[in-house]
Amino acid sequence: MNRFAALLDRLGYEPRRNAKLRLLTDYFRHTPDPDRGYALAAMTGALMFKEAKPGLIRGLVEERTDPELFRMSYHYVGDLAETVALIWPAPGHESVAPADGAPTIGHNNPPPHVPTLTEVIETLATTSKSDLPARVAGWMDALDETGRWALIKLITRELRVGVSARLAKTAVAQLGQIEPDEVELVWHGLEAPYEDLFAWVEGRGEKPESGNPAPFRPSMLSHPLEDEDFAKLEASEFLAEWKWDGIRLQAASGHGSDGRPVRRIYSRTGEDVSRAFPDLVEALDFEGAIDGELLIVREGRVQTFNVLQQRLNRKAVTPKLIAEFPAHLRVYDILFEGEEDLRPLPFAERRRRLEALVARLDDPRIDLSPMVPFETWEDLAAARSDPASVGAGPDADAIEGCMIKRASSPYLPGRPKGYWYKWKRDPYLVDAVMMYGQRGHGKRSSFYSDYTFGVWREGPGGEELVPVGKAYHGFTDEELVKLDRFVRNHTVKRFGPVREVEYGKDKGLVLEVAFEGLQRSTRHKSGVAMRFPRINRIRWDKPAAEADRIETLEKILERGEQEVHPLKDQEA
Amino acid sequence: MSRFRHPILSPIPDCLAASEASAGNLGRDRAIPQPDTDRLNPISKPMALRSTDILTQTPQGLYCPLGDFHIDPVRPVKRALITHGHSDHARSGHRSVMATRETLRIMGVRYGEDFADSTQEASLRESLRVGDVTVRFTPAGHVLGSAQISIEAGGTRVVVSGDYKRAEDPTCLPYEVVPCDVFITEATFGLPVFRHPDTRGEVRKLLDSVALFPERAHIVGAYALGKAQRVMALLREEGYDQPIHLHGAMERLTELYKSEGIPLGETPKVVAAERSKLAGAIVICPPSSIQDLWSRRFPDPVTCFASGWMRVRGRARQKGVELPLVISDHSDWDDLCRTIQETGAGEVWVTHGQEDALVHWCTTHGIRARPLHMLGYGDEGEAEEAAHPPLEGEGRERSERGGVETPSSKSAGANHPTSALQADPPPQGKDESGQGGAA
Repeated sequence: MNRFAALLDRLGYEPRRNAKLRLLTDYFRHTPDPDRGYALAAMTGALMFKEAKPGLIRGLVEERTDPELFRMSYHYVGDLAETVALIWPAPGHESVAPADGAPTIGHNNPPPHVPTLTEVIETLATTSKSDLPARVAGWMDALDETGRWALIKLITRELRVGVSARLAKTAVAQLGQIEPDEVELVWHGLEAPYEDLFAWVEGRGEKPESGNPAPFRPSMLSHPLEDEDFAKLEASEFLAEWKWDGIRLQAASGHGSDGRPVRRIYSRTGEDVSRAFPDLVEALDFEGAIDGELLIVREGRVQTFNVLQQRLNRKAVTPKLIAEFPAHLRVYDILFEGEEDLRPLPFAERRRRLEALVARLDDPRIDLSPMVPFETWEDLAAARSDPASVGAGPDADAIEGCMIKRASSPYLPGRPKGYWYKWKRDPYLVDAVMMYGQRGHGKRSSFYSDYTFGVWREGPGGEELVPVGKAYHGFTDEELVKLDRFVRNHTVKRFGPVREVEYGKDKGLVLEVAFEGLQRSTRHKSGVAMRFPRINRIRWDKPAAEADRIETLEKILERGEQEVHPLKDQEA
Repeated sequence: MSRFRHPILSPIPDCLAASEASAGNLGRDRAIPQPDTDRLNPISKPMALRSTDILTQTPQGLYCPLGDFHIDPVRPVKRALITHGHSDHARSGHRSVMATRETLRIMGVRYGEDFADSTQEASLRESLRVGDVTVRFTPAGHVLGSAQISIEAGGTRVVVSGDYKRAEDPTCLPYEVVPCDVFITEATFGLPVFRHPDTRGEVRKLLDSVALFPERAHIVGAYALGKAQRVMALLREEGYDQPIHLHGAMERLTELYKSEGIPLGETPKVVAAERSKLAGAIVICPPSSIQDLWSRRFPDPVTCFASGWMRVRGRARQKGVELPLVISDHSDWDDLCRTIQETGAGEVWVTHGQEDALVHWCTTHGIRARPLHMLGYGDEGEAEEAAHPPLEGEGRERSERGGVETPSSKSAGANHPTSALQADPPPQGKDESGQGGAA
C-alpha cells in the first residue's frame, strides 16, 4: 500500500505526460501481482466497492485528536484527507518520549502489519458497514502519512492524480511491445487484478480473449486544416460533413453468451459512459459499432454546447434531467456491422452502410450527420461560413466548422496523416490588456506563462479594466520568453505565484485573444466566461487604451444563438 | 505582558569583559560539560527573580536587563548574543557579538570579517558571567554552530533555544536538553500535521527519481546555510558519490562546512554555460532559484525542494515543486512537545511560527505558555514570497544574458500578524543578504 501511495503522491505533482507514463510503467514493472492489477483498477475506475463517506474518516480522527488542534490544522492544510493523514496519531509515536532523549523510533512494540493494496481492496469488498471504521482505523495506524492519504483518497473514491484510464493502459502496454490500442481491445473483457493481461504484455501468456460482446474500438481522429493546405488537396477526392460542437461517442452493441443484448457507449478515449446516457443506450437496437457526436436535441433542434454541458458530469441521471436534456446521437461512421469489420472499407462505402443502418433503426434519437455538397474548396468555404444557407437550418448554432474526409479513407485508430481533416470556424477575437501573469507548471515553472487579461468598462471610479479570462497557450516558445520578460519587468504587485503587471490607459500590453464562445458567468467579475481562450497575437504595437470594451463581448453574447460567423461584419 | 522594561541595574561595560571566561583561552574542545541535571533549588534563592527580570521583549528582540544584552536582535544593538548563523537571527551591525566559534565564522563569511566591533567566542557548555547573569551555550542541533543560550540569575534559569531540532543531522552537534524554569521556543512547525519523516526515505526518493529520469537534471532548492549541506551529507550517507553541483550562492558556506571537517565530497559550482550538460545531475540552489531564470537552461529539470513545508501538498504545489523532500532543520510537532516536557519548564514562551497551537497544547498539559508574536524571524522560507512588499526591488530581474543570476533579494519573514503589543516592529528586509533567508 505504501508503494502505491508513493506512486500516487509522485503522480500528483508531475505535470508531464511522458514522465507520468514512466512512473506508471516503473511501478507496474516492479510491483508484483496482484497489487499492480488492483492499482491499475483503481486508476481506471474499475474498482467496485462501497465508498466510505468523509464523515467516517472525520469521526475516526475526532476520537483521536484534540478538537482545537484539529480545527487549527484543518484550517491550515485545507484538505480533509490530507489533514487526517498528517495528524493521525500512530501508536508508538507519542509526543512524549523517554526522558533520556532517545530517538522516538526506539519503542519495543512490534511494528503493525502494513496492509498491501490487495488486502485493502479485498477487505473493502467484503467488510460490512459496521465493521468498516475499525478496519480503516487499523490500516491508518499501520501506514505512514502518504499511505494514509492514499488510503483515504482510495476508499472515498476521490483518487484524482491526473491519470486517465487511457494513460494507465498505455503504461501497461509499454511493459511489452504492445500497442495501447490492443490493450484497449481486450480491456473490457478483463477484470481486476488483470493477471492475464500482465502475463500477456510481458510475453508470459496468451492474449486474453475479449469477453465483451460490445467492445470499444479506438477512434479515428483528424488533423486541423490551415488555409494554405488546400492547395495540396484535390477537392474531388474528399467528402465533407459538418463538424458538430458536441461530444464524440462510440456506440457498440452485441449479444452476450446468454443471448441478451449488451449495449455500451464509450467516450473517445474508451471510457464506458453508458451509465450517464440510459436514454441513448435504450436506442442502440442494432449489432455493431457506430461513431458519432452526442448532442442535445429539443423539438428537432440541436442545442448549443452550453446546453449540452448541463447534461454532463451529473452524478444522478434523473428522469427529469433526461426529459430536459434529451441525448441524441448524430452518427457519421460505422466500424462494425454484426460480426463484420467494416473499418478496412473506404469511407464512401462505409457511409452507404451507415445510411442503411440508420434508416433501419428509424429512431429519432439516432440520425445521420448530413453531407455537405461541394465542388470546389471555395464552395465549401462559403458553406462553412454560413451553414444555414446550405441546409443546416436551425442546427447551424451547433456547427463549429467542417470535417473533410478522403472518400477512400479506411477507419484507422489514432490520428493517421492524410485522411481526415477538421476545418474549424474562425474563432471570436478580442483585444484585451494583460493584467496578471502566473507561473506555469513543469517545464514552464520558471516562466510566467498563464495570463489573465481584461477589457475596458465604465466602473464606479471611471474607466477600468475588468478581467474576462485567462489563457496559457497560443504563443510560440519565443513569444513566451518575451511575454515572461514583460511580466518580470512590469510587475507592480506579487501574490505568491501571481504577479500583477502595469496596465492603464497609457501603459500595458494588448493581447489579441481568440476564443470559441461566451457564457454568462456568476463566478467572474465581468459576468462572462470564455470558452477555450488562447493568445492569438501579441499586439506590442497597440496602445492599451484602444483595447476592446466589455460591450463588445456583451454584443457577442446577445447575438449568441443567431451568431454564425463572428468575423463577417468585422472583416467588412 | 510587560514590555519595554528598562534595565534596572548599574551600568555595564560595553564589551563583554565581565565574562568569566576570557577571550584568550577559548577552545572548541576545552569546554568542560556542565551537568545538565543541576535542578534549581528554590530554597536557595535569596530573592526569587521573576522570569521577566531576566528576559523581556523589546523592539530589537529578546533583551536581558540584568546582563544588558540582546539575543538574536533584529536591529543593531550594543551587545548581541547570537544563537546561530541564519540571517534572520544573526544580523550585522551590532557593536559586540558573542556566539559559538562556528557561528562567528558564518557571520564573517556572510557580512565580512568586520561585521562587529568586537566578537567573543562562546565555548559550548561553559558558564560565562555577563553582567549579573550567567550564560551558557549548549548545542541546539539546528545547523553548524547553532546553540541554545541559557541565562541564569538568582536561582532562575531561562533557556532561549533559538531554532532547534531533535532529528539526526550529520552536519552539526545534536540537541542537548537543558532543564530550566522558562523555555523559550520557536513554533515554525507548531501544528500536529507537521511530523517530519525519516530523512533517509526522502533522500531515497530523490535518488530513485534520478535513476528513473537519467536524462533530466534534478534541481534541489535548499537554504544556503545548513539545509544545503545537510542534503549533501545525507546523499553521501546513502552512497551517492557523483559530484553535487552547487549554485554560486552556496559555495562559500559549503567550503566553510568542509573546513570544519564535514565530508561533503565533490561539490563543483555550476558554470552558466555548462547547465545544459547536466543531465542526470543533482544540483543544489537557493529556494528562490528553482523557479528563476537560472534554472531554465538545465535539461528538462525536475524541481525539488527540501523543506519541512513540503509536508503540505498545497504548499508544494504553490511553489511549482514536482518532487517535494520533507527535510527540515526545525523540530516537528512531536519534538516540540517532547522537548518542552523534557526541559521540565513550568513556563513556555513561543517566539514565532504557529504559536497558538503550541500554546494551546502547553495549556492543556498544565504548562503556562504565552505567544510572543515576534516579528522579523523567518519560518523556513515561508515568508519569502508572501512578504514581498509591492515594488520591492521593482521586480526587475536581470535578463538572461548568459550569466548566473544572483538570487534576488528577499525580505525576511514578515507574515506574522503584527501584535498589538509590538509598538514598533523592526524594519524588515533591509539587511537580508539573499542567502536564502531562514531555514
